[in-house]
This record gives sequence, structure tokens and C-alpha cells, in this order.
Amino acid sequence: MSFFDYFKSKKNTSASVAKERLQIIVAHERGQRDLPDYLPQLQQELLAVIRKYVQIDDDMVQVELDRNKDCSVLELNVTLPEH
Amino acid sequence: MAKIIVVTSGKGGVGKTTTSASISTGLARRGHKTVVIDFDVGLRNLDLIMNCERRVVYDFVNVIQGEATLNQALIRDKRVDTLYILPASQTREKEALTQEGVEKVITELSKTFDYIVCDSPAGIEHGALMALYYADEAIVVTNPEVSSVRDSDRILGILQSKSRRSELGLEPVREHLLLTRYNPARVERGEMLSVADVEEILAIPLLGVIPESQIVLNASNQGLPVILEDESDAGQAYEDAVARLLGEEREHRFLTGQKKGFFSRMFKG
Repeated sequence: MSFFDYFKSKKNTSASVAKERLQIIVAHERGQRDLPDYLPQLQQELLAVIRKYVQIDDDMVQVELDRNKDCSVLELNVTLPEH
Repeated sequence: MAKIIVVTSGKGGVGKTTTSASISTGLARRGHKTVVIDFDVGLRNLDLIMNCERRVVYDFVNVIQGEATLNQALIRDKRVDTLYILPASQTREKEALTQEGVEKVITELSKTFDYIVCDSPAGIEHGALMALYYADEAIVVTNPEVSSVRDSDRILGILQSKSRRSELGLEPVREHLLLTRYNPARVERGEMLSVADVEEILAIPLLGVIPESQIVLNASNQGLPVILEDESDAGQAYEDAVARLLGEEREHRFLTGQKKGFFSRMFKG
């Protein structure tokens, strides 16, 4: 703990702990809430297409949506078998 | 066309019914013809808070199922003559509130009333969804406490995705934050989330702050909406909230604790 931290006593009140915990959980839950309904189905269909060419397991395709201020990024991760 | 206002929160026990009673009384007292509907089927309590529990003959579900007319079920308030109460059923299943039934009643009430205040049950299930579905505006009642704030955020998400306005792509439900049971002294000691904290987390406009007050329990004991306790801080805070709801600008009051002076500390303990 630095010398200056000593003066930031407000940081240690239970109210500030509450605020910090709330900010984290609320941000997380908002992220989940805004996910489009089509993601699970999109994931299934992508799996089916890839399986035409390569044998992969269900958990080898991951679809995630990252929302930024200006645009959203649909991130697709496909793990291929080793050989 | 009536304006439909839902009083909601997600969490129970934060003051939805107290708020519904006071806001509807405040609107009616200003001359607006107002009806307040209890959506808490099976656990009705608005009648007790409004002091009309012995005058309930027919209820909301009776009207939906065609067993009574709206006029038979509406109870006229004895203190404010532009105020009516539509009580919830105490014996039926929650599912008795069908969407078509609720829509029929609200459409009918819209013809003759200026304001329809919907007192939502706690939770995010059928009754709560029905209460918020037709809303034009929402008063989100929140206590400065972690579980209440989280649940309020959840209910805001539902207002933005499951209300009629969101489903039809209309202008979104206008959201208002009403912070209740606020204790400025505890906020100053760092023991309670401040108004600014809650505003920052929920990010919706502040309609009012109701200070934690013994008068609230006293009023509910007697079946008196707190807003009618004109002398009390909580009553005045509700009156301010009603004024703001109607577009008036009012400064927020009761946000700081009364510092006990030397004399009051010496002589009043």
C-alpha cells in the first residue's frame, strides 16, 4: 500500500465495495442480456457446414459477440484436429 | 388516452405498493382522473395500504372473466374523489391475468381515465410481465442496497425487451428511478450507496429520493398513502416526485442528514 492510499479512506467503506461489486455484475449481466437469440443456432449450423469437410466435436466451434461503441465483432473460433 | 405508468422493481419489499398508493393519490389530488390497479394476484395488498380492504366486492380477475363489470369492481377513494382502485384477486391463479383480458380492461379504462398506475408484483414472472407490458412510463423503485439495484437493472432489461413498446418498435418506455428508504446519515458514513452511485450504475433519470422514515410504517398502519402526510419528509418527497413526473422542475430534497447541533444533542439525547 502506498503512502497516498492511506488518504483514500473512502475506497474502503462498505458502500464503495458495494458499488464496485455492482458495477462488475451489472456490466456482466447486461452483456449476456444483449446477446442475440440466433447465436446458438448459428453455432449449430456452422458446425454442420464444417463437418462436411473436417470431423470436429461440438465444443470446437465457439461463437462470441463483442459489442464495441462503433461496431460489433462476431468472433468465430474453430479448433481443427491435429492431423 | 390515458397514460399508463407501471411501478416495478424486481425485488420485493422495496416499496412498490407504498409508491403506487402515493403516486396515484398525488396525481388524483392534482385533479387528474386516476386508477391504480393491483397486479399482485393472490397477494393483494394495495387495498390495505389504500384503506379500502373492506369495500372489495369484485376484483380485476372477475372483470377479466366477465363475472363483473369494471364499474362494479372499481372502488372510489374516500379521500380523493378522482381516484379509483382496482383490487387484485386474492383467490385465483396468477395465470388468470391473460394478456387479452388485461388489454381489454386497460383499453376500457383508457377511455375515461387520465392515468393508469399499475402496481406490479415482485419477481419477473407472469404478473410482473403483465403489469409492465402496456406501460408508457415505468417507475423503478430501488433501495440503496446491492440486491435491489441488481434486480432493478434486470427489470430495466425486461422493460427494454418485453414491453409492448419494445415489441412494436415504438418509442421506448420512459424510465424513472425512485430511490426509497434512503438514509443520508448512513450514506455520509459510507455505509450505504449514495444517490449518485445508484444513478451511475442504473443510468436512468432520477424521479425522486424518498428518505427512510418512520412515518411510512405509521401511514400504512392506518391505510393512509404517505403523500397525504403533508408535513412529513417522505410525504413531501413523494409530492415532489409527482410534480417531476408531470414535468415540473423541482430540486431534490432530504439528501443530507440533519446534523445534530450541540443543544439538541444535550437536551434531546
